[in-house]
Amino acid sequence: MTARMDKRFADLAAEGRPALVTYFMGGDPDYASSLEIMKALPKAGSDVIELGMPFSDPMADGPAIQLAGQRALKGGQTLAKTLQMARDFRKGDDATPIVLMGYYNPIYIYGVERFLDEALEAGIDGLIVVDLPPEMDDELCLPALTKGINFIRLATPTTDDKRLPAVLRNTSGFVYYVSMNGITGSALPDPALIGGAVGRIKAHTKLPVCVGFGVKTAEHARAIGASADGVVVGTAIVNQIASSLTADGTASAATVAGVETLVMSLASGVRGARLAAAE
Amino acid sequence: MNQSPNLNSYREGPDEDGRFGIFGGRFVAETLMPLILDLQDEWNKAKTDPAFQAELKQLGAHYIGRPSPLYYAERLTQHLGGAKIYFKREELNHTGSHKINNCIGQILLAKRMGKTRIIAETGAGQHGVASATVAARFGFPCVVYMGATDVERQAPNVFRMKLLGAEVRPVTAGHGTLKDAMNEALRDWVTNVEDTYYLIGTAAGPHPYPELVRDFQAVIGTEAREQLLEAEGRLPDIVVAAVGGGSNAIGIFHPFLDDANVRIVGVEAGGKGLDGDEHCASLTAGSPGVLHGNRTYLLQDADGQIKEGHSISAGLDYPGIGPEHAWLHQIGRAEYVPIMDEEALEAFQLLTRLEGIIPALEPSHAVAEVIKRAPKMGKDQIILMNLSGRGDKDIFTVGKILGMEL
Repeated sequence: MTARMDKRFADLAAEGRPALVTYFMGGDPDYASSLEIMKALPKAGSDVIELGMPFSDPMADGPAIQLAGQRALKGGQTLAKTLQMARDFRKGDDATPIVLMGYYNPIYIYGVERFLDEALEAGIDGLIVVDLPPEMDDELCLPALTKGINFIRLATPTTDDKRLPAVLRNTSGFVYYVSMNGITGSALPDPALIGGAVGRIKAHTKLPVCVGFGVKTAEHARAIGASADGVVVGTAIVNQIASSLTADGTASAATVAGVETLVMSLASGVRGARLAAAE
Repeated sequence: MNQSPNLNSYREGPDEDGRFGIFGGRFVAETLMPLILDLQDEWNKAKTDPAFQAELKQLGAHYIGRPSPLYYAERLTQHLGGAKIYFKREELNHTGSHKINNCIGQILLAKRMGKTRIIAETGAGQHGVASATVAARFGFPCVVYMGATDVERQAPNVFRMKLLGAEVRPVTAGHGTLKDAMNEALRDWVTNVEDTYYLIGTAAGPHPYPELVRDFQAVIGTEAREQLLEAEGRLPDIVVAAVGGGSNAIGIFHPFLDDANVRIVGVEAGGKGLDGDEHCASLTAGSPGVLHGNRTYLLQDADGQIKEGHSISAGLDYPGIGPEHAWLHQIGRAEYVPIMDEEALEAFQLLTRLEGIIPALEPSHAVAEVIKRAPKMGKDQIILMNLSGRGDKDIFTVGKILGMEL
């Protein structure tokens, strides 16, 4: 596997705090602004970056991320450009792990071998592909692991103890616990329930467990971070970008700055998480 | 039951992973995976449960009105001057199309599984109406997702669904057609996994849907085969059906797949022509990809983004196709041809005037193919066509195009 992911989680464990994992849609609203957003994320306190690959039919996403994908596609984003974005980012940052997140069809059409080779060369550390459950591991998961790219799996409330081992079998990097059944951008469920679920997953794996779906504020990040190894924020960032756009949908001066401010606030949340838990 | 699989059969698929060759599969979010596995278990039990089969048969006979007639279209045959044309009259079923066959089957599965809420997607509204109908009959609340464009062009069916007690949720994403409705239904399902049964209307989606929808629709071909043998003492030379997702087509094709002398012809929506993007001919003009839980032929661009497509017929307005059709196309057992909007419209009018049957715009595409083929065939030859739905829902669309005051 690429070394960046494991090193980052080991360092954070030593530091005694959870990771802040930030998602944004590659190419939203245009390539240049999106690359600036990506560069701003680690500076504002993000520990791991999820780089969204837009897809025309994002079946597990709520309206915010659907619209972000449409903006990106309208702006001319393609899978090749998303890989290029990672390459451009790596020129200035060789430490922050990058996870590509999206749906399988664009990868399938690009060609699995070609995609994996180029992703590795572009500095990608992991993949989250929403519509590839363990039953479909031959498609991309196993080839990715062979090349040394982490395949990060989603576990959900419907993933019971019987199914959990199958979900975890070929998972690496971290486990992404989706805190509710539903689409991205829904309301945050009770942190106490999430703590129980994280404990259940940790009984089955030594991998870090990051929790997402519904985390919008520093307060949420602090509450979730008390039990999880990482807190994933996506829709809140995507909404922040959307709200900064001009009437005709182009980036404004507030686009990158707004993301920076939000991520700094979230970063303060995760940094206070364990302190809050200890009190 | 313990026979070894017949290697020469085209009717053995899918395999246990839901594959027809490279097509099919289970490309869904993890949240849905346990549900799909539960459905598969329940389906495997129901398939061989005599009580389930008896209830299905009883409802088929007394609620749907099966068997549907096999009708010799004498005037159309004379007009075209070639092969004898037979219609399998699925448009005479309760609710006016073949869709009810599948809905009755799946609502019985939903009941067995203890689900309490039904969701469905619909294009033309025929599946939405059939879903709302069985939901009413069995006392389930029902939500139907329908593209906003389709809500407008299929207004009579929207009204029927509402009368039946269903909630119709218009979907404005994309072009507001069947693809977008299916995305939204999947989003609902992933959010309401505990109590909700997703009643998919076509032989597509993640395994086991393509298999179970086909099996519920195969009653069409099974009956037609027997009826034609009785009427003519022989099998047809060609079986023709329109293909959107492909449930009426696979239903009539499947029982004939191992009859080597029967040609199988699926008719895709050619829309305004295959040169541009305004068509839905995913087999003729698409390429393999992954969408809505299965690998199949899709209309897509070089980046793997799905195109919107176009058809005059809302029921064919889908950029993909069921995985079994993709496989039959790839191995060459069935041939798939496009029919343009205009040809379908002409066929719609011809059938209405010659036979006194107003067909839906979907099977009008199949009629147009029959019109092309029959004159080139001998009078001793036979075409069997699936007349999958009636055209009442389409009179406003057709009236508008023909400039008639309604």
